[in-house]
Amino acid sequence: MLKKLSLLAATFIVATGTALADPVSGGRANAVIQPEPPSLMLGLVQNGPTQMVAGNLYESLLRYGPDLEPLPQLAKSWEISDDGLTYTFHLYDNVKWHDGEPFSAEDVVFSADVFLRETHPRLRQSLKYVESITAPDANTVVFKLNEPFGPFIGIFEVGTMPMIPKHIYEGTDYKANPANNTPIGTGPFKFVEWTKGSHILLTKNEDYYIDGLPYLDEIYWHIIPDAASRSVAFETGVVDILPGGSVENFDVPRLTAMENTCVTDKGWEFIGPLSWMWLNNREGPTADKRFRQAVMYAMDREFAKDALWNGLGKVAQSPVSSSTRFFSDDVSQYPYDPDKARALLEEMGYDGTPVRLLPLPYGETWQRWAEAIKQNLEEVGVKVEIVATDVAGWNQKISDWDYDLAFTYLYQYGDPALGVARTYVSSNIAKGSPWNNVEGYENAKVDELFAKAATAVSKEERQTLYTEVQQILTDDVPVAWLLELGFPTIYRCNVKDLVTTAIGVNDGFRDAYIEK
Amino acid sequence: MLRFIAMRLVKAAIILIAIVTLNFFLIHAAPGDPAAVMAGEAGAADDIFLEQLREQFGLDKPLLTQLGLYLGGIIQLDLGFSYRQQMPVADLIFDRLPATLLLTMTAFVISLVLGTLAGVLASARVGKWSDTLISTVALLFYATPLYWAALMAVLIFSVQLNWLPGFGYETVGGNYEGLDRVIDIAKHLILPATTLGLFFMAVYMRMTRASMLEVSTLDFVKTARAKGLKPGIIQRRHVFRNALLPVVTLAGLQAGQLVGGAVLTETVFAWPGIGRLMFEALAQRDYNVLLGVFFVSAAMVLLFNLITDILYRVVDPRIRAS
Repeated sequence: MLKKLSLLAATFIVATGTALADPVSGGRANAVIQPEPPSLMLGLVQNGPTQMVAGNLYESLLRYGPDLEPLPQLAKSWEISDDGLTYTFHLYDNVKWHDGEPFSAEDVVFSADVFLRETHPRLRQSLKYVESITAPDANTVVFKLNEPFGPFIGIFEVGTMPMIPKHIYEGTDYKANPANNTPIGTGPFKFVEWTKGSHILLTKNEDYYIDGLPYLDEIYWHIIPDAASRSVAFETGVVDILPGGSVENFDVPRLTAMENTCVTDKGWEFIGPLSWMWLNNREGPTADKRFRQAVMYAMDREFAKDALWNGLGKVAQSPVSSSTRFFSDDVSQYPYDPDKARALLEEMGYDGTPVRLLPLPYGETWQRWAEAIKQNLEEVGVKVEIVATDVAGWNQKISDWDYDLAFTYLYQYGDPALGVARTYVSSNIAKGSPWNNVEGYENAKVDELFAKAATAVSKEERQTLYTEVQQILTDDVPVAWLLELGFPTIYRCNVKDLVTTAIGVNDGFRDAYIEK
Repeated sequence: MLRFIAMRLVKAAIILIAIVTLNFFLIHAAPGDPAAVMAGEAGAADDIFLEQLREQFGLDKPLLTQLGLYLGGIIQLDLGFSYRQQMPVADLIFDRLPATLLLTMTAFVISLVLGTLAGVLASARVGKWSDTLISTVALLFYATPLYWAALMAVLIFSVQLNWLPGFGYETVGGNYEGLDRVIDIAKHLILPATTLGLFFMAVYMRMTRASMLEVSTLDFVKTARAKGLKPGIIQRRHVFRNALLPVVTLAGLQAGQLVGGAVLTETVFAWPGIGRLMFEALAQRDYNVLLGVFFVSAAMVLLFNLITDILYRVVDPRIRAS
């Protein structure tokens, strides 16, 4: 009898064990979206909130694992020719748009070659290398390049190249198309309703091309404008998922201390948000390289990480984020060293001219960070004046180069050619944009290295070139690097497989399920 | 009376046009434009992208032409189009207006009724402990910043006690219907409406109390007492009616703020109303939406001023239009 009982118990344990490991269907995800997206048409609008919600509706050919290796999405397999000029994708053959129309290679050609070329500024830059995009048959797409472009395999992520339904958009005025308000994609979830100012509702795509996916029945995105209220929403159980950046950092320890609460800073590897201060290389004390190095030594970045970002993230070592390809730490290092900073300032004969510091108008953390750095700099004798702006004013001041020091953070997009070069090459100096070479750094050698590295075929060659460029940049300090930001995604522990790829929550809730 | 109203309406129309014009220039004087904000949120843009946006928003035209176009639209009651939200501004505003009106009118009624009641009560017991208590509480409400009161209310009643929802208009995904929905919305309404009403409640209380005390020392009240009327009747008919005039003035002011006067409350409580719409439009430099909300609020202020003036004559028929 005893033997029988223990056998029974063993079976029971095995059974529950399997039940725990197997994803279960059903349930509703309640997540916060902040701020309210202007639109969910990912082909026309690519801002953060739009990507986060629309990543469930739209898909691209590939997704990327935490190590940035490509994974199948709409393309089940792909080949790259040895000369690095031909990319062939084989698509899943049973994919349907949300309105029931079949998805085919023609849609890929339309999206990449026609629609996005006109509407997507970031993709437009990469498409310069593309000679032709063709569909030899309904499930095959071929991209032919005019010269090798190293990061090319990295541009097939949903925020960069969302697939747009040809049958709805071809020949229409894209921006005025009424379908923009009822987005149609191929993704695991369908759009149901958007009550402006309140919520967005998505529901399970029953005809999804991967059997059994997605697991969730529906997703409610709650629009809650006030950061404190977003914390309350989680505390009172109204929402279960706070994507990175939805609450103020000082609320993170309190929330994560709650029962049944998990936190992760994964899911940001692909875009690798890297924060720095623009330093105006054109005029004032910041035009002097020694001053810029002094700023690097004067900043206590470890303190900022621990006190302001709850220890999440990493102190930036180089213009390339450590999760991005071709990162190198064989570069000039700037540990916190106020004495060195003072020595450099004395050497250059800094006359005490005050500098204007522009914080980022994205909430309390950035404000506090500006104050911390002001204090760091004043300790070494640099007079700092903080200039307050709102988002629109900030954009304008940065675009007009009207600053001495200014906070920002930029996305890396997995490859230096996509997200790093733009900040440092001199051909990218132009008034009117806050994301090009705003600091006005000009170095012919750097331009040459970035150009060579982008089109080099072999990985080893690219690494050599990028290591050299990182060494030059960390010595010149055109901008003052701060942290590789770690945005915590906070969620109830029974929500599983929420963040599985390098794009995190933005990649949609395809694999997420709620443990019963 | 009709002539008086007609004259006032003509004046109101002229004032409205002046307000719209002034707002137009003020808004355009702020740094940055909607194209820059949208590009900023996208994290990347090139010149072509910004140019496309500016053309779409009509920002490539000279400022005066833009103003002319806008005023032309306003005269035909066309509030323009929000390219950011892909909706006509009038639709956006009228979608949000009911939520704001519900919130602010509830706050208005709560503050007016409770405020005057407390004021009458305090004046009747002047100098006693209940008067001191009411006056102190009112002073506290008067001095408390709205956002702080709102956050504390959420902290106590929502997070700690879990009695009332801390934000939102109704339970998202609750799918309530009929009476259940009304109850659900009412629950969501309690905290924001009360916090929004606190300040004016205090104002009405203090005003009513002072006014009651002042009027009760006037000669006609002494006469009434000398005639041997009951104190209750004196209070109600002679004192309260006369003490009400300054309260009506203030209530008119508050009523004018019914639309757009709840920016902070709506933001803290995620209330999907006009105030929040305006705040977001401001941050995004969504000019048409911003001007639209200003226009509607200004129209409401003018309308309520007119109503107040008419009410004056009802409360005190001796007041005549001049």
